[in-house]
Amino acid sequence: MRNLPFLVLALLAAAAVFGAAKFVGNSYVFFAGYVVLQYVVLATAWNILGGYVGYVNFGTAAFLALGAYSSVAIHKLFPMPIPALILIGGLVSGVIGLLMGYLTLRLRGAFFSIATLALAVVVQTFIINWSFVGGSRGAYIVRPRTTAFFGIDYIEYLFLIMLALAVIAVFSARCIEHSRLGYGFAAIRDDEAAAEASGVPTLRLKLLATTLSGAFMGMAGAPLPYYVTYLDPASGFSLTYAVNAIAMPLIGGTGSWIGPVIGAVLLGTLQQIATVTISSALNLLIVGLVLVGFVIAAPNGLLGLLRGERR
Amino acid sequence: MTALLSVKNVEKRFGGFTALGGIDLEIQAGERVGLIGPNGSGKSTLVNCLSGTLRQDGGSVHLAGRRLDGLPAHARTRLGLARSFQLPRPFASLTVAENVRIPLLYTVNARPGGMLDGPGLTARCLELLDLVGLVRVAGKMPTDLTQIEMRKLELARALASEPTLLIADEAMAGLSHGEIDEILALLLRLNRQGITIILIEHIMRAVMQFSDRLVVLVAGRKIADGLPGEVVRNPEVERAYLGE
Ligand SMILES: Nc1ncnc2c1ncn2[C@@H]1O[C@H](COP(=O)(O)OP(=O)(O)OP(=O)(O)O)[C@@H](O)[C@H]1O
Ligand SMILES: [Mg+2]
Repeated sequence: MRNLPFLVLALLAAAAVFGAAKFVGNSYVFFAGYVVLQYVVLATAWNILGGYVGYVNFGTAAFLALGAYSSVAIHKLFPMPIPALILIGGLVSGVIGLLMGYLTLRLRGAFFSIATLALAVVVQTFIINWSFVGGSRGAYIVRPRTTAFFGIDYIEYLFLIMLALAVIAVFSARCIEHSRLGYGFAAIRDDEAAAEASGVPTLRLKLLATTLSGAFMGMAGAPLPYYVTYLDPASGFSLTYAVNAIAMPLIGGTGSWIGPVIGAVLLGTLQQIATVTISSALNLLIVGLVLVGFVIAAPNGLLGLLRGERR
Repeated sequence: MTALLSVKNVEKRFGGFTALGGIDLEIQAGERVGLIGPNGSGKSTLVNCLSGTLRQDGGSVHLAGRRLDGLPAHARTRLGLARSFQLPRPFASLTVAENVRIPLLYTVNARPGGMLDGPGLTARCLELLDLVGLVRVAGKMPTDLTQIEMRKLELARALASEPTLLIADEAMAGLSHGEIDEILALLLRLNRQGITIILIEHIMRAVMQFSDRLVVLVAGRKIADGLPGEVVRNPEVERAYLGE
């Protein structure tokens, strides 16, 4: 499938999702749906670096939080519409992603992952000590009931924005996958020395991946303060983000754009259901159990399971 | 006329161990050079330094007058120096055809004027696979290949970058008599098409049949360099091999 038909299909799917949510008519659907969509973006973003290039990032929460806290800071200085905040959040996290790449990409495997974890700690410490954005006390954001322009219910508006972002992220990931860049990423993932010997500028491509991946995570985080209305470092840097961003692509399958989408929708929905029926404290437990199950039964995710059966 | 490859005083140390102690080597365009030496004498290390896989500690490398040392490996490949790996290192998640596609995308298409489109890429992939006799397995995964197919893929991938200098690091190890002849014929054909080749090999029959010049490395030093027939009778070379 070429890119344009895919985009049309993705937009149609998004319209169907919104239509279905609207049909249910319960604002809780939008609250829960927002979180699932946010995970679609996060998992897709993580997969660009982790799945395509093979560098496991444990610092998802830091990139998400940077996007969120950029919004908090800007909200206090000169409020802007959320799409603009998303661009800024993406820029901030993209730049940090690039910096992280420069500092850490000479590390391989577990050493790279530990470095990303360290980065998350550094960023969190920085935010905790930055009182302008609330420091460790956190920051309140007053969410309007409706949007200024079309009078849309605000939570529906946030949902729509995250839906659009999910379409953009997934579309970008898919474009990358089928492009020269995607082949370069795959070569790096398989064997960096062989990739270099084949003419692949590995360092440049890896920097591109950390930047893109970080930018999408920041974009996903930018509307967060308006969603939660109260943001503190403990929730912004929650372990759940980092764990889910890794678990979702693994469950779906890391080789292709659809893996993270499947993983995020399945695991995200499961967590949302558990949150209302039992307790949100179960979220990490659910991930853990599902992940263990997959590691044993389907180490290549659902996609791998399907492919294996077809072969 | 300047040499195609000019290596001056290249050194490489691993910690306190000197793997290459100042190698000098000049190779003219069109030559077929056999590079031999006992295990651990530094042959692969030299290849790694020339191709940029390892960073050398001293000396200089020029290809067709352009300085290579200091350049990353991918830039050297784009300038025309291709190498195969002693232990085949295929891209395991890509098909055989896609393995060859990578260097096409990143060398041929990265050079000025080089712009193969989708069908052009596919055609060129098949052409290269045909050259080494791998068309049948184009859609297979590398893990499903036999030993000789793996070696051929390693060569096809190196050739995809359209090199002027090809360094084949033990392209024939572990192959049968007939398979060795097959690879030999291929290398000779490539050489006739204008590719300068350095062949690293332990199988003396193949080296002697292939080379018009022989270079001997022992313990990180070049101890002989000349016509194959003369080099093998060199007492120092004999001693190095008998003392092994
Ligand atoms: N990355 C490395 N770190 C430390 N020592 C190394 C490294 N690579 C090679 N060596 C050492 O350098 C020496 C030369 O190794 P090299 O692989 O170049 O030999 P070779 O001539 O290719 O041998 P063979 O014929 O077995 O392939 C050996 O003693 C080897 O142990
Ligand atoms: Mg060797």
